[in-house]
Amino acid sequence: MTNLRYEKTMLKENNLIPHLFRTEYSKITAVLSRLFGFEHIEIAEDIASDTFLLAAETWGMKGIPDNPVAWLYTVAKNRAKDYLKHHHIFIEKVSPGLQQNSAEGYEINIDLSERNITDSQLQMMFAICNPLIPAEAQIGLSLRILCGFGIGEIADAFLSNKETINKRLFRAKEKLRAEKVKLEFPSPNEIDRRLETVLTTLYLLFNEGYYSVSQNTTLRQDLCLEAMRLTFLLVENKNTAKPAVKALLALMCFHASRFDARTGPEGELILYDDQDPSLWNQELMQQGRYYLNLAAEGKTLSKYHIEAAIACEHTVKEDTSEKWETILQLYNQLLFIEYSPIAALNRTYALAKADGKEIAIIEAEKLKLGNNHLYYSLLGYLYTGVDDGKAMGYLKNALKFAKSEADKMAIRRNLEKLADNT
Amino acid sequence: MKEFLMIFRNVPPTGDAVPTPEQLKEISKPWQDWLGGIAAQGKLANLGNRLSFIGATLKADTVTDGPYAEIKEIILGYSVLKTETLEEAIELAKGCPVLALGGNVEVRYIAPMNA
Amino acid sequence: MKEFVMLFRNAPTGDARPSPGVMQEFAKKWDVWLAGISAKNRFVGGSRLSFEGRILKPGNVITDGPYAEVKEILGGLITVKAESLDDAFEMAYGCPILLLGGYVEVRAVMS
Repeated sequence: MTNLRYEKTMLKENNLIPHLFRTEYSKITAVLSRLFGFEHIEIAEDIASDTFLLAAETWGMKGIPDNPVAWLYTVAKNRAKDYLKHHHIFIEKVSPGLQQNSAEGYEINIDLSERNITDSQLQMMFAICNPLIPAEAQIGLSLRILCGFGIGEIADAFLSNKETINKRLFRAKEKLRAEKVKLEFPSPNEIDRRLETVLTTLYLLFNEGYYSVSQNTTLRQDLCLEAMRLTFLLVENKNTAKPAVKALLALMCFHASRFDARTGPEGELILYDDQDPSLWNQELMQQGRYYLNLAAEGKTLSKYHIEAAIACEHTVKEDTSEKWETILQLYNQLLFIEYSPIAALNRTYALAKADGKEIAIIEAEKLKLGNNHLYYSLLGYLYTGVDDGKAMGYLKNALKFAKSEADKMAIRRNLEKLADNT
Repeated sequence: MKEFLMIFRNVPPTGDAVPTPEQLKEISKPWQDWLGGIAAQGKLANLGNRLSFIGATLKADTVTDGPYAEIKEIILGYSVLKTETLEEAIELAKGCPVLALGGNVEVRYIAPMNA
Repeated sequence: MKEFVMLFRNAPTGDARPSPGVMQEFAKKWDVWLAGISAKNRFVGGSRLSFEGRILKPGNVITDGPYAEVKEILGGLITVKAESLDDAFEMAYGCPILLLGGYVEVRAVMS
């Protein structure tokens, strides 16, 4: 079960280049950065960008080559060699290791094998996911350098503008350069601590896609799939395949299995209760269980383990009090490890399902998460059937604070349902 | 925000009956749900520990076996709250399941380590 | 390694407070003793309790002050890592509370 499907299948001709940019830009950048050193990452990025610029021009006129990826690699290699030829000083002073004895002068081996690509990307992950720079910058750099997202897309995902993102990424790279961050694997006794930061970033990256307020569903799915691809790289490497990594991948698989079921025809969010289980992706659910089992080795119980276990419980649609009791206790555990408003809300929902709405209302009132549409939605749900007038009021409040159109649509539907029943 | 320690005390149980897994689940649910509710409000600083009855007491270099040789009540466990005031901490303590069993909760302000 | 909790108990001193000099001397003794446990990488965490507190009893009866009716008061606690109760108990020797007539109660943590 190593063939995690993350490639997009529908590829029209006019979005081939954006697609390849997404998958190949990061690989070329990582390999070249490893060759030149992290301090020259911008040269690597420029060469990768130039390669795609040339592809856009050439393919537009001459058509798409038989093997577009090989075409890109060849061009990238040649561009890199050209760059090095024209920058003797760079070779002699900065990267003497690049020189090889050869009659023609500089013979450079640029290794774009799968193995080297993977290693380069893993090392890049450790370089970028570094506590020296803020979490936001880590995610931004990951999106740009590891996932090949455009600055505009990153700005969209963060609800920010290009200028801000550019500045943020520039500052982050400067900081990493100043701290002499290298592209290398952490030592074995450091790996757990370093992995923690990497996992946090990948988790945030996935959530950015899964819960983002951005309307662009394709972009959001791509964020999730990229987070999965990178986590998968960690699981495949024996040095980084720790239980928490497997648990995180399991969690992502379970969530991703509901991609198709959670979005309606108009792009609106369909809540779990209203989802059609036949749209859940069985293969991804199976992979989730597979990785969750693997994650059970060892003693560590990370928040990813608990979240994956909760997501696993959700793969059975049937409502039983046992199921919700299990979920409730898992949410309790999760909150003991780390408080988050979303865990607090979900815990209260599980409490309603396990022990009834009356007790959940008392607990919900104590949360005091004002100005949060999810909080008002929860209260609306809890009061439905208990005090429909109050329920209506809370749902209207929820509508007021909801940001994304998808959320608003879901709330409006609940309001209509409530109105029909009264 | 200040931190307060809740200390759960009760008379030790009599008899050596080991609870079944089912009974354990029944005992633990009210505790988990009560503490989970506090955690959901973001007011649980530290889950703390449940203490087993395995223990020993050292007094001026004399050893007493068992933690409760000389006292009627025993500490069952503790958790740390994060609230603005002692009053708020007491309010949260009111849901503690030990109260229903005749035990008590002592709520104490934790002195900052470098004060 | 398992976790054990050490509870530091003593008779309440009432309103009598030791002089700042004596307090300082004792604080230093605590530091030295705790550092010894840390040095062996056995220290997990701990809290020092102030005298501010209340006891909550069934029926929401509140007793002001933690030591109104008790013979002993809890001064603080720490969690340590040890192989066994005996191993944890060894660490209790030298605890400064013993010098004041207090107790160290060592208890296994339930997993």
